[in-house]
Amino acid sequence: MTCTAKFVFSDNLLQYHFHEDHPFNQKRVLLATELLKATGTLPEDRIISPRMATEEELKLFHDHAYVEAVKQASQRMLPEPRATEYGLGTEDTPIFPGMHEASSYLVGGSLTAVDEVLLGRATHALNLGGGLHHGFKRKASGFCIYNDGAIAIRYIREVYNLRVLYVDTDAHHGDGVQWAFYDDPNVCTFSIHETGRYLFPGTGNVNERGIKEGHGYSFNLPIDAFTEDESFLNAYTTALTQITAFFKPDIIITQNGADAHCYDPLTHLCSTMAIYERIPLLAHQLAHEYCNGRWVALGGGGYDMWRVVPRAWAQVWNVMHNMKPAKGELPTSWLDKWQKESPVTLPTHWEDDPSIVPVIPRKEEISEKNKLALQQLLKYTAKPSDQLKLY
Amino acid sequence: MLVEEIMKTEVITLTPTATIQEALDLLNQHKIRHIPIIGNDNHVIGIVSDRDVRDASPSIFESATDKHNLQHEIQSIMSQPVITIHPLDFVEEIAKIFYDKEIACLPVVREGNRLVGIVTEKDMLYTMIQLTGTHVQSSHIEIKVPHRPGILPEVTAILGKRKTNIVSVLVYPSKDDPNYKILVFRIQTMNPLPVIEDLREAGYELLAPNHIAGPNR
Repeated sequence: MTCTAKFVFSDNLLQYHFHEDHPFNQKRVLLATELLKATGTLPEDRIISPRMATEEELKLFHDHAYVEAVKQASQRMLPEPRATEYGLGTEDTPIFPGMHEASSYLVGGSLTAVDEVLLGRATHALNLGGGLHHGFKRKASGFCIYNDGAIAIRYIREVYNLRVLYVDTDAHHGDGVQWAFYDDPNVCTFSIHETGRYLFPGTGNVNERGIKEGHGYSFNLPIDAFTEDESFLNAYTTALTQITAFFKPDIIITQNGADAHCYDPLTHLCSTMAIYERIPLLAHQLAHEYCNGRWVALGGGGYDMWRVVPRAWAQVWNVMHNMKPAKGELPTSWLDKWQKESPVTLPTHWEDDPSIVPVIPRKEEISEKNKLALQQLLKYTAKPSDQLKLY
Repeated sequence: MLVEEIMKTEVITLTPTATIQEALDLLNQHKIRHIPIIGNDNHVIGIVSDRDVRDASPSIFESATDKHNLQHEIQSIMSQPVITIHPLDFVEEIAKIFYDKEIACLPVVREGNRLVGIVTEKDMLYTMIQLTGTHVQSSHIEIKVPHRPGILPEVTAILGKRKTNIVSVLVYPSKDDPNYKILVFRIQTMNPLPVIEDLREAGYELLAPNHIAGPNR
């Protein structure tokens, strides 16, 4: 297995900034990048700059009127009632100067990653600035303005005509990307997330399977609040392995949101760094097994920006570049530099101590429910003759 | 919400002398489960369900030769009289008709029993989904509040102050305590934490999401 990987980064990815108190903070990309540099796993020659997506590229997915509205908002020229119509100027997606340009760089970063891989300059590519999976055709939502994942997939379909598997491990349902390709049999979407019972956006039920020609190419695995590593990994590994075998993609796009961790303030899942080692390992393995290695990874959610996201995202790159996650102590230079700014004590190791997970009294019940959800999902990947084996 | 807002106005119908075979074909072709039977001037005189038609059809395990039963007129198996509703009835009221009468379809008629639309239990469920707001993006919050006048505006003012749009509000009785109500809000935000903190600060009891550590845990 020989492979080369590229890392998309420049300061342009850091301009996507709502305000200081907003939970979605792209300083996470900087923290992860610096962590990798300090670890010595990110050589300069692997770093490429994101380009800015053109308006034509944005409109591969978004409506003309919406792009125009974002451009106006970007210059503080969009009147409030019109902003509301497009989901702009809310608590989740406030307006900030230059938002159009900042968002276009995130999208451009994902397109740069796609081109690197599909023009054969790299086997894998990572854009931690991307993964904004809640963006809709004509509406901003859930901290997302332009949906870089959906645009990148349209771009792959139009320019390279390949069949795409999109895998979303953010703790929130990857609704924007799912609905974008809900009727498309050439794009298979799979999202594992905390059930929408209480958590935004509320969708992502196992019975959301696609419509028309796209029926059967949308997969959802909603898992219970308080799910821990073992149950998460059991369900995830089985589901993704089977879905990939069923769909046989030409390229895999992963959205690597890092908000399923027990420290995350916005969700109620209870995982540790263990899943953030396994998630990229499995993507890497399946990309080589089915796609000649073609794998593009994106960032996403993740709201414990100090203790969780830098390590989780750095491990995606470590697997891409080194084929294995980093182990042991974190570099002291990184800890010394950022501990001054961090309001919480930074972890000292790549791995978490299992004791950080609170005791979950309903653990058995939760694992059982996740297993049932998995069986529901697998009904659609198994041949009729294999159905009985599921039980 | 009024029946005329949710009813379908293009209704597949048959006349009483049509054959059962025609009814079977229509049910299959349009993937429907009920056909109102109409007389002169479009007035409703009966209704057949897919079950009525299947009762009159040969079993799939029998040879397909003997199909003369399907040549009977539809009026020989239709149900009557028909329970009907008016376009200006409330959707809430007709839900009770569906429940009490254990039926799954209500023709909508105006003066002279003239057919103008149809509402099925599927339309009712669709309306339920719209009313609860589970089909659009939202976060879900449940709080227990004293059952007294003015409580709802007090709570919603907290959401308004945070510029958080409400997708839907449901008010349930509290099972164990008649002096309390459960309010269920679906709010349009991915980050409900500021609202939750405000609600807690104002002294409301948060039932869900109950996984966020509160002061009493």
